[in-house]
Amino acid sequence: MDLDSITVMLRSFWTVWLMLLLTGILVYAMWPGNRRTFDDAAQIPLKDDGQEL
Amino acid sequence: MTSATLTSGATLGSQRVSEEVRYNEDAIRLFVIAAVFWGVVGFLAGTFIALQLAFPALNLGLEWTSFGRLRPVHTSAVIFAFGGNVLFATSLYTVQRTCRQFLFGGEGLAKFIFWNYNVFIVLAALSYVLGYTQGKEYAEPEWILDLYLTVIWVLYAVQFIGTVMTRRESHIYVANWFFMAFILTVAILHIGNNVNLPVSLTGMKSYSFVAGVQSAMVQWWYGHNAVGFFLTAGFLGIMYYFVPKRAERPVYSYRLSIVHFWTLIFLYIWAGPHHLHYTSLPDWAQTLGMTFSVMLWMPSWGGMINGIMTLSGAWDKLRTDPVLRFLVTSVAFYGMSTFEGPLMSVKPVNALSHYTDWTVGHVHSGALGWVAFISFGAIYFLVPVLWKRSQLYSLRLVSYHFWTATIGIVLYITAMWVSGIMQGLMWRAYDNLGFLQYSFVETVAAMHPFYVIRAMGGVLFVAGALIMVYNLWRTARGDVRIEKPYVTTPHKAAVGAA
Repeated sequence: MDLDSITVMLRSFWTVWLMLLLTGILVYAMWPGNRRTFDDAAQIPLKDDGQEL
Repeated sequence: MTSATLTSGATLGSQRVSEEVRYNEDAIRLFVIAAVFWGVVGFLAGTFIALQLAFPALNLGLEWTSFGRLRPVHTSAVIFAFGGNVLFATSLYTVQRTCRQFLFGGEGLAKFIFWNYNVFIVLAALSYVLGYTQGKEYAEPEWILDLYLTVIWVLYAVQFIGTVMTRRESHIYVANWFFMAFILTVAILHIGNNVNLPVSLTGMKSYSFVAGVQSAMVQWWYGHNAVGFFLTAGFLGIMYYFVPKRAERPVYSYRLSIVHFWTLIFLYIWAGPHHLHYTSLPDWAQTLGMTFSVMLWMPSWGGMINGIMTLSGAWDKLRTDPVLRFLVTSVAFYGMSTFEGPLMSVKPVNALSHYTDWTVGHVHSGALGWVAFISFGAIYFLVPVLWKRSQLYSLRLVSYHFWTATIGIVLYITAMWVSGIMQGLMWRAYDNLGFLQYSFVETVAAMHPFYVIRAMGGVLFVAGALIMVYNLWRTARGDVRIEKPYVTTPHKAAVGAA
């Protein structure tokens, strides 16, 4: 089995790879340990930048 | 007035800095002025061609003023001139404020992009009127203008992404993710759909590299994702910054915003084939487009919930702040039109709706209700900030604008629903001998009253925009209208205090 046919074989499962990638992102977004980071990030637009009138 | 100055220390992850960041705002002011100008031009052009459909004499018997040539002037003016300048202004404003960094490439690059983009708009509009077109919807400019736009767009990408890469804030705020997706995808779409061979290097005419059904598929891969990434992802970037900013509350759920972003990215790109149902496009491709369009319901509604629920606990602001009303109503329209879109992509529904006015109504509930309303909200927010005024000239006038435009949209979309469904039903009606019951011209005659109502909706939308122009003009001059202020304290508390 050469590299070419392995690539072709793997490529035919592209929906699976994309699904796994998306699942990984969803797990990252919902991971309890990341809550603080995201709560902080949500505050970015509201931080006082000294230019509000 | 030059750039504003950041003097208070901004939190950088764990450490604090107190050095100055001078935000670049000169070019952003230019983009805002251009957006307002092109908005009025585009709405006027739309109203005029709506009147042409109702009263064909308005074609004036001239080739330059015929519907076929003015229609791309309208679509390009509202999408690329109005929407484009709004996106430049808001994205370059947002990226500086959320990255706490001035623009990469500075004011000079931003102004270069401004002037060249707006020259491109004028050249494109002139070329349509003179009869030059690629004949591809939303991609009408011929090859030489496409090359020009590519250069401008790459510079814009360099400026935006450069600013993100030199940021002083450790996290890239979600609005910037949406803006970057918009910039990158539009670049790919624009190049992919404009691979053309010019007939000669001195002429405007060119031919597409792909032909037949492949050409149609590439065009609607482009066309639908122009809606998905130019008119949706870009304006969602506006939503994620300006709604929290105006409501003075963080976004309802930051996690949901990440899910919203990635699901939108993963799904949108596949939805294009739903523009080609029952054509020579292979059936599997049509079904794929339909399936992905239906799946898009989830991210769209997740995003809508996230935007609207940002007001959770502060609903009274909708009563007292018409600017926020624009922003939140736009998100409601986003939810409505992204409900309607997947519905229309289902093949049996599409069999009725396709090629009818229903499609036109659907597009305008998104374009007027979502894109234009969120733009108005962002512009009303930006003008006092950029011109260093403590407030808008008049909040009451914002409210008049809101109601005038809303009634205009309602007239528009209800007229098109009735007209479109009637048109679809008339096309498919058979008599008892198996012949088509109506000739095409009978369907056109039946639609006439609805065309008139639609044009009236357009007139109201233009009137609202003119109210906005007056209000912004007086705001920039520093005037404040003497008017009854909105009561910001809840009624009960006021009664209790008395």
